Amino acid sequence: MLKLAAGAGLLFMHLPILLIFVYAFTTEDKTYQWPPPGFTLKWLAVTWNRADVWEAMRLSVKVASVSTVIALVLGTLCAAAVSRTRFFGREAISLLVILPIALPGIITGIALRSAFNLADIPFSFWTIVLGHATFCVVVVYNNAVARFRRTSGSLIEASMDLGANGVQTFRYIVLPNIATALLAGGMLAFALSFDEVIVTTFTAGQQATLPIWMLEELVRPRQRPVTNVVAMVVVLITFVPILAAYYLTRGGGNTRPPGN
Amino acid sequence: MSSSLQSLNRSATGATGPLAALSDALWRRPGLFVFLLLVLPVLWLGIVYLGSLFALLIQSFFSIDEFSGMIRHEFTWKTYRELLNPINLDIIGRTVLMATAVTIASAIVAFPIAYYAARYAQGRWKAFFYLAIMLPLWSSYLVKVYAWKLILAKEGILNWLFTSLHLNGLLEMLLAIPVIGGNSLSVSYIGTFLVFLYVWLPFMVLPMQAAIERVPQNYLEASADLGGNPWQTFRHVLLPLALPGIIAGSIFTFSLTLGDYIIPQIIGSSRLFIGQAVYSHQGTAGNIPLAAALTVVPVVIMAVYLWVAKRKGAFDAL
Amino acid sequence: MIQTAVEFAAVSRHFGDIRAVDEVDLRIAEGEFFAMLGPSGSGKTTCLRLIAGFEQPTAGQIHIFSRAMAGVPPYRRQVNTVFQDYALFPHLSVSDNIAYGLMIRGQGRSMRRRAAEEALELVRLPGYADRKPGELSGGQRQRVALARALVNQPKVLLLDEPLGALDLKLREQMQDELRSLQKSLGITFVFVTHDQGEALSMADRVAVFDAGKIIQVGTPQEVYHRPRNAFVADFVGSSNVLPAHLTESFTGQSCPASLRPECIRFVDTGGCLVTVASVSFLGSATRYTVLLDGTPLTVLSDNAQVAAQPGREVRIDWDNERLHCMSEGHE
Repeated sequence: MLKLAAGAGLLFMHLPILLIFVYAFTTEDKTYQWPPPGFTLKWLAVTWNRADVWEAMRLSVKVASVSTVIALVLGTLCAAAVSRTRFFGREAISLLVILPIALPGIITGIALRSAFNLADIPFSFWTIVLGHATFCVVVVYNNAVARFRRTSGSLIEASMDLGANGVQTFRYIVLPNIATALLAGGMLAFALSFDEVIVTTFTAGQQATLPIWMLEELVRPRQRPVTNVVAMVVVLITFVPILAAYYLTRGGGNTRPPGN
Repeated sequence: MSSSLQSLNRSATGATGPLAALSDALWRRPGLFVFLLLVLPVLWLGIVYLGSLFALLIQSFFSIDEFSGMIRHEFTWKTYRELLNPINLDIIGRTVLMATAVTIASAIVAFPIAYYAARYAQGRWKAFFYLAIMLPLWSSYLVKVYAWKLILAKEGILNWLFTSLHLNGLLEMLLAIPVIGGNSLSVSYIGTFLVFLYVWLPFMVLPMQAAIERVPQNYLEASADLGGNPWQTFRHVLLPLALPGIIAGSIFTFSLTLGDYIIPQIIGSSRLFIGQAVYSHQGTAGNIPLAAALTVVPVVIMAVYLWVAKRKGAFDAL
Repeated sequence: MIQTAVEFAAVSRHFGDIRAVDEVDLRIAEGEFFAMLGPSGSGKTTCLRLIAGFEQPTAGQIHIFSRAMAGVPPYRRQVNTVFQDYALFPHLSVSDNIAYGLMIRGQGRSMRRRAAEEALELVRLPGYADRKPGELSGGQRQRVALARALVNQPKVLLLDEPLGALDLKLREQMQDELRSLQKSLGITFVFVTHDQGEALSMADRVAVFDAGKIIQVGTPQEVYHRPRNAFVADFVGSSNVLPAHLTESFTGQSCPASLRPECIRFVDTGGCLVTVASVSFLGSATRYTVLLDGTPLTVLSDNAQVAAQPGREVRIDWDNERLHCMSEGHE
């Protein structure tokens, strides 16, 4: 009974995504007809030649890359501070990092927009990045904190005991032990930014990232077959970092202190 | 001892140089070290994020001049009083109701999945469940909504399924229910609810799974040994111990539903949710004070929610 | 003249309200095998961490070979540590782990490799240079941790319950090896343990800790046969404590006294008459609980006393010089 419910639940989670893959090849271009009257590869080629799709894709990749780098730096610093030492306001820092993702995205979005308005900052590439980096910090932070926690604290003491100062300890012990966690966090941050739409609608102005392009299609469908193909490509693109992040953090067991 | 060990000439003081000096200084002042680690992130999050939230909060105390349509930059409670008019209360009530329904439904649907993912977390199954939960969680939000637009369309797969199974009557009965029904699934609350449930479900499964994983198997065996039937074991052992995970998951499903404005815009009736109202007030209407005051509503609701969740220990399950 | 390796002068370490180490004075001589013994939370590990430099004293001064250690970070101390969980770097091979200290000090690759191999010989683990720590057993990790510390030729080697995670047989073997290693290298060893047998069998001198203070420092024989108070008597081995009035009737001195169970023997005549309360067979010996004037005494005897059955009356005796007068109770 429980098994059946679990199976049904999993199907419910996956079938809609699989449907996207079917629709990308349908010959129908005016409606969302099911079952598809026929299958064709034609829309792949049409989408390939669309300049607006490429433009949106380029912007999304650029925003996601820059936001990821910023999130990596900020998230790692926070994680190091929170996990290595006990200090006043430690909880407040955790809360501050989690808040941008715990509060509804529309709040972050409208808050940023009203701040840009008040400060007379025109919309640009950087206004998008400002928003994205803010909510990407938390994924890097979570990954790094988890790894710091699993990395035995005595490793750092052992390194210092053997003559390595703080800088050397970071270079030879801390960094190699957290590297895969950071890479995984960075991948997830990239996927998060690449896909974000709610905050972006408030911070992008006239610029279109790929999700914004899709949102316009969703509200006012004009070119269904191209949207179908773009949807499939987006699924495939976000799967790559997810799978990579999974394989990077999977082998993390060897960072546990030996002997326990 | 042997020769090469003997020949090692250890200096008593260790390395020198600017980096070593920096390292010494930071070692002697751990407080300074933490400060240096935190200064960049706190500046960023403090200025960019909290600063923006603060700017938003301030604007909610401004008001809009009915005649000129300009914003009056003076402190007033007028905008908050406006929240209390029936239209806005209706919007808030509808949104909270929907968020509650979505949260409860996802807890119920998520439990069996989380249970098996936690209990059969060995070898190949572990990887299977992990990816089966992570892939939908991380796949594109818009693509997921788009998929439901395809599913719920008149000519789409769901109608086709009902027709093929000769269950059209059932669907019509469902849509005939007042308030939550409508002309078709894609313009009814049932449709909105389904999409919300689908999109936020993985956010419930994950923390729930983490919480169940932490319940040792022998607790369940102990309960069975003491004569508890499966339902009693679930009710008195598993559920209380998994509760922090459920609350953690509900933070996501509740908060995400409260603030979403895209799903009800694409799938649902013409009646507004908070997010849509905020969006239209700040956009075409240009009433930023009212939009700001409206966003304070989910913030306050979430603040209370988080406070309760923290007391229940839900943050450890995140 | 023998130098002082480590010296504590009124050293305290407080964590908030908790006095983990409370005004401890201590002198460890060069070349000594020194054990810090005590129950968990008694402050012995904190003392070790103060020597290593992982903790700073709240008050007092620590000197290592006459050099004041205030404000000296761990990486500038000629002290190395074998950690309780070994703390081997999981991403480095065994030889890179061992040569880590040499690498930090700028030794060349081939030199490091040779030193690592020699150190592995020293701890009887040759041929393991290219393994990862995760592939080793507990005992092997322990040897690698030891080699990693020794290769730096520390002036003081600190060992934090290094044998705690090993099983009994391996532990006894490692006790012998550590002991002979220490004698051949001549390095000062400071060894933290909660196992009194380990402390007594290995150390030149033992410091017994309780509640952040050192109760007694002495050779294993001194600590065992002349415990300063009931805590030491009870923690170091098991002991009978005779109340003051009983001691007085035997020695004329009025003080509580410790009497080790194995110092009591059964006799046919003389001694004093006691009632047997219980008997437990331990394998190599038998433990009896007898009542002397209402005071329970434990007697350890290696030959089975057929007469000594519960409820029977028997005679016991001891040499009065085995009665050791102690200060009153706990400090």
